[in-house]
Amino acid sequence: MAKIYVDGRPYEVHDGDNLLHACLSKKLDLPYFCWHPAMGSVGACRQCAVKQFKDENDTHGKIVMSCMTPAADGTRISIDDPEARAFRAGVIEWLMINHPHDCPVCEEGGHCHLQDMTVMTGHARRRYRFTKRTHLNQELGPFIAHEMNRCIACYRCVRFYRDYADGQDLGVFGAHDNVYFGRECDGVLENEFSGNLTEVCPTGVFTDKTHSRRYTRKWDMQFAPSICAHCSLGCNVSPGERYGEIRRVENRYNSHVNHYFLCDRGRFGYGFVNRGDRPRRARLRLERELAEVDTEHALAHLGGLLRGARRVLGIGSPRASVESNFALRTLVGADNFFDGHAPPETELVKLAREILSTTTAELATLRGLETADAALVLGEDLTQTAPRAALALRQAAKGVGGKLAAALKVPEWQAESVKDLRQQSLYPVFLTAIDATRLDDVARHHLRAAPEQQAAFAMAVAQAIDPAAPPPPALDADTRGVAAEAAAALLAAERPLIVAGTSLGSAALLNATANLTTALSARGRKPLLFLALPEANSLGLSLFSAPPLTDALQLAADGQADVLLVLENDLYRRASPALVDAALTKTRLVVIDHQLTATAKRAEVLLPAATVFEGDGIFVNNESRAQRHYQVFQPDFYRSEVQIAEAWRWLDRICHAWRGDCCGWEFLDQVTAACAKALPQFARITEAAPSARFRIKGLKLARAPARYSGRTAMRANLSVHEPRAPQDPDSPLAFSMEGYAAPDEPGPLVPFAWAPGWDSPQAWNKFQDEVGGKLRGGDPGLRLIDARPQSGYRAVDCAAPAADGLRVVALHHIFGDEELSALAAPVSARTPAPYLALATADARRLGLAAGDIVDLAVDGTRLRLTLKLSPQLAPGCIGVPLALLGLPVLQTVVAGDIRKVAAA
Amino acid sequence: MNRAETHPLTARLNLTDPPDLKRYEAAGGYQGLRKALKEMAPADVQQTVKNANLRGRGGAGFPTGVKWSFVPMTAPDGTPYRGHKYILCNADEMEPGTFKDRLLMEGDPHQMVEAMLVSGYAIGATRGYIFLRGEYVLSAQRLNRAIDEAKATGYLGENILGSGWGMTLAVHTGAGRYICGEETALINSLEGKRANPRTKPPFPQAAGLWGKPTVVNNVETLCCVPHIVVNGADWFKSLSQGKSTDGGTKLYGVSGRARRSGCWELPIGTTAREIIEEHAGGMADGLKLKCWLPGGASTDFLLPKHLDLAMDFDTIGQHGSRMGTGLITVVDDKASLLGMLYNLELFFTRESCGWCTPCRDGLPWTARILKALEQGRGQPGDIEILEQMTRDLGPGRTFCAHAPGAMEPLQSALKYFRDEFERGIALPPRRQAA
Repeated sequence: MAKIYVDGRPYEVHDGDNLLHACLSKKLDLPYFCWHPAMGSVGACRQCAVKQFKDENDTHGKIVMSCMTPAADGTRISIDDPEARAFRAGVIEWLMINHPHDCPVCEEGGHCHLQDMTVMTGHARRRYRFTKRTHLNQELGPFIAHEMNRCIACYRCVRFYRDYADGQDLGVFGAHDNVYFGRECDGVLENEFSGNLTEVCPTGVFTDKTHSRRYTRKWDMQFAPSICAHCSLGCNVSPGERYGEIRRVENRYNSHVNHYFLCDRGRFGYGFVNRGDRPRRARLRLERELAEVDTEHALAHLGGLLRGARRVLGIGSPRASVESNFALRTLVGADNFFDGHAPPETELVKLAREILSTTTAELATLRGLETADAALVLGEDLTQTAPRAALALRQAAKGVGGKLAAALKVPEWQAESVKDLRQQSLYPVFLTAIDATRLDDVARHHLRAAPEQQAAFAMAVAQAIDPAAPPPPALDADTRGVAAEAAAALLAAERPLIVAGTSLGSAALLNATANLTTALSARGRKPLLFLALPEANSLGLSLFSAPPLTDALQLAADGQADVLLVLENDLYRRASPALVDAALTKTRLVVIDHQLTATAKRAEVLLPAATVFEGDGIFVNNESRAQRHYQVFQPDFYRSEVQIAEAWRWLDRICHAWRGDCCGWEFLDQVTAACAKALPQFARITEAAPSARFRIKGLKLARAPARYSGRTAMRANLSVHEPRAPQDPDSPLAFSMEGYAAPDEPGPLVPFAWAPGWDSPQAWNKFQDEVGGKLRGGDPGLRLIDARPQSGYRAVDCAAPAADGLRVVALHHIFGDEELSALAAPVSARTPAPYLALATADARRLGLAAGDIVDLAVDGTRLRLTLKLSPQLAPGCIGVPLALLGLPVLQTVVAGDIRKVAAA
Repeated sequence: MNRAETHPLTARLNLTDPPDLKRYEAAGGYQGLRKALKEMAPADVQQTVKNANLRGRGGAGFPTGVKWSFVPMTAPDGTPYRGHKYILCNADEMEPGTFKDRLLMEGDPHQMVEAMLVSGYAIGATRGYIFLRGEYVLSAQRLNRAIDEAKATGYLGENILGSGWGMTLAVHTGAGRYICGEETALINSLEGKRANPRTKPPFPQAAGLWGKPTVVNNVETLCCVPHIVVNGADWFKSLSQGKSTDGGTKLYGVSGRARRSGCWELPIGTTAREIIEEHAGGMADGLKLKCWLPGGASTDFLLPKHLDLAMDFDTIGQHGSRMGTGLITVVDDKASLLGMLYNLELFFTRESCGWCTPCRDGLPWTARILKALEQGRGQPGDIEILEQMTRDLGPGRTFCAHAPGAMEPLQSALKYFRDEFERGIALPPRRQAA
């Protein structure tokens, strides 16, 4: 620690932090643009200038850039110094020379760091009287709008896109006062993290195009703390609502998880909430059609249906909350409750859970990935299956720059110097995959192989680390060589990281992963383990240890059940259509869901569930972090006919309709508490977030910013009588701008980033105990798994499925794979057309050429797809984007013949 | 003394038919390289250059031997340094009014090659690059020819002259950015990146090209080195003939409306009066000297009363300007000073890399105000804005020295000729477009 003096007042700060970081950590207001807490200092904008004094006798001092100056014991600076203030005002004046001052029509307005800093600095009168430079804008695809005239040339966009996310297709062109930030020509921004530009850009150059279509000022939106539902990582998000629609999703800071950045699927995938074709009222099958009915009618029908049933089977869901799954389990009984994953995933997630529970490794948080200094990624194409983790892994690889800088006593925050020192060097990353991945550019070696061969490779690495590890099957010399190199790199590292997941459907790979961490521990290392899972609440569902849904379908098909009660799940994505059809013909189907899925369309009774943004609940992410998401808005506030409710609420009502007495759940806290009491694995979930009774100074916490406007008018088209604000019995948040709102709110309850004078996402500085550190009110979430290490090695079955021909493997896509985000128009615009991929040699052997239309029989389904040659695809594999086709991940399906239907 | 001893840099200079390897060697060429490699350790070369008090001729005047001494010669564990080190020649001569390095490269290219080799040896470089201004096509041809000859003779490559030390050398032609003359921008440009200056520290000697130890020196500076090695530090110091504490000769020149503009090798510390009046023949007929820039566009104006100052780094520095490159620009009494300033600031505006705000956005504003003033369309407050620019675009407030350099002629013009600015202000004020 160092004691520094700012305008004469002493502060304890970290020795060597830059002064801007130190001042912001102490909650002092100091304007800046080019510095970013996750991207360090570059000294470009000159906005954060302060006066530095040599000692207490120095009255003259000199202007320094606080972001470029390290804090040392005894450092004396002045923010308030007149010369420093004047210089900062001059900088803003320069920045505003070419700025169009179009705040009234700019989407950044009210959420704009440039506005905030201009006000903070005090520039109000324009002296520049000459012409402004202007630019043409570019069409950058469905996610990002571009308005270059607003640019103040802080260089943050290219620093994020190129230096942080390693994107290639956004750059800075030109020079002097004519620098242009964009692509080489119009076109879709390729990088999977492009949405962060909207938050990184301090003004309105890069804005959220999906928001633009239904624009609302930040101050006019209602927010709630939420969790991204589009993969297993549990990134924290801040969705904003107006008039009953989600208008935008922004990053919500969590120091352990996503900190400042989201992936584009998470940011732009919210459109499923707003779809017009969603079920918003209960539906009942009358004659042959599903017709909307009153809730009472539907429930009465349902009560009769259930009372007449001998056995009711409930199928849970990895995209529904812990509470909803628990409610279903309670309603139908533990023996009748089934896991909602596709069957191989049920087993794989269970296996992953076992490994997480017994591993000798440290369970890596998402942010923890960034601290690794060597990594082996087994089978998981992270950019597609757990995108935010790919961004984190990139930072780990580039972390070597910090080490090189330290050797020259260059601080890690000197971003450009670190980059210059690092040049092309990276910490060692080894990848195994089916096909080329978007992380290959940071990999020292990548192995393309079928899943079992990848597992064999992992075994070879494990054995090279610890000879006592189970011996791998025979491998060729090259693969053995890479394995030895990977082993050496992992052993040499201080924080070796092993990443794997379930996306290839291979238990062997997971077991081999576990052995790798065991081997590293056996050699006295402290490995990190990170497993990507299929969906947002996969681990939460798995904790119920329910049998796979195919068991339920089989029971139903065998006539051993009368009713299937399906919770937020599309069975056709989970099991073969033949089996689902067989089950549904023998049973009556009740579905609680928020989308009109293929399953929902077959329901006898369909009840409209709340989406993640319309309800409260807990998701358990891939590292077992239980995180609460909160209702952003009441779905029936603008349309009283809307009957959307959380699934657990429906289940409570169903209980009442069925048995005459309900489970007695009026509030979410009751469900959560019941779950914690009933199941020891959930014992601590009540601690994941404050209860609904929580108050600060007697107040609920405001969901809307203090300047929320139009409250008395926004329902005026319905009635001039303003109704009482909706009450929220489930949480300490109020549907109002009235209530407590300050940066010391408990972490799980922070709906949006705002602090006085800080309207943009830069306001997170005010919510953190120090810049980039923990939230002042504690970071959201609580880990449910506390590993009890077991040191033994697991058996790995590396035998390839008996196959004469080729085998089908799943290929993954960030856009289109995940069921809900795929329903959002901007995401579907980025979703590739389904295809079938073959290695070039395999295609040649089969006499097939790129563009041929081929038929493929998979697990009882016949697919007709266009052939794509994939030069890097593992030989012997047929790559099919199964999730894009709505098909479950297959375990060991071996394809029959591929049949050419039409030539290219 | 023969001319080679009094005019070491230009004795062999032949702009129409520069000496080839044979003629260069016959005139004593590559003796510096031979002596260094056969008789001296790298540290000896460094020490000799330090003793000679050779100061950087690119404009900053930093002692060359001191600059070199920051290059690591051993690994952190004390073993000999392994890996690459680079010697870079800053031949991106683009300072307005400056045309000395071109003469050396066009007129005696082998001297440049030998200079790179001896200097490279002194710091243990493995590779050398001459970063050459793109428009210097003839220099590029002649340097490349000289490099080919040197390679064929074994002066370049591995194990030069059996010393066990080797170095490669290549010419890299720039794409026409003044900022590439800033040594770290030059390095970025050489790496294929935007020519933005880098943060210092780390200095290039510790981490330069590709993150490796690197020294960047000006053409003229480097060209002095072989002669220092051959003739010794004391000889070099004596070249200034007591006119300066600095050592050596200096290429001085004059441009503007003098009788004979040109470039001459003279003892360092020669007075501006001697340079302008004797060598350039004074001002052209009917013109009087109004003021002069001592060494390029990024130096402060001096007045006729300063003509008797010795043209060396310290003397000119003590009188409110910088010697810079030592190539004087004379301004006559008929020229429009505001027009000249506008022209200069327009140049600096265009050549800003666009990285830091004061330079990127402050310079174009400055230029536009100067244009308005020149055209008599200035407004009250304009001079105050210009004064603010000279403060806020000053050293320490911008990322590199580009904008502070651009402010030097402006601040001195405001100091000496404020009335000319005031005459540019139109009354009453009205809104005008540029």
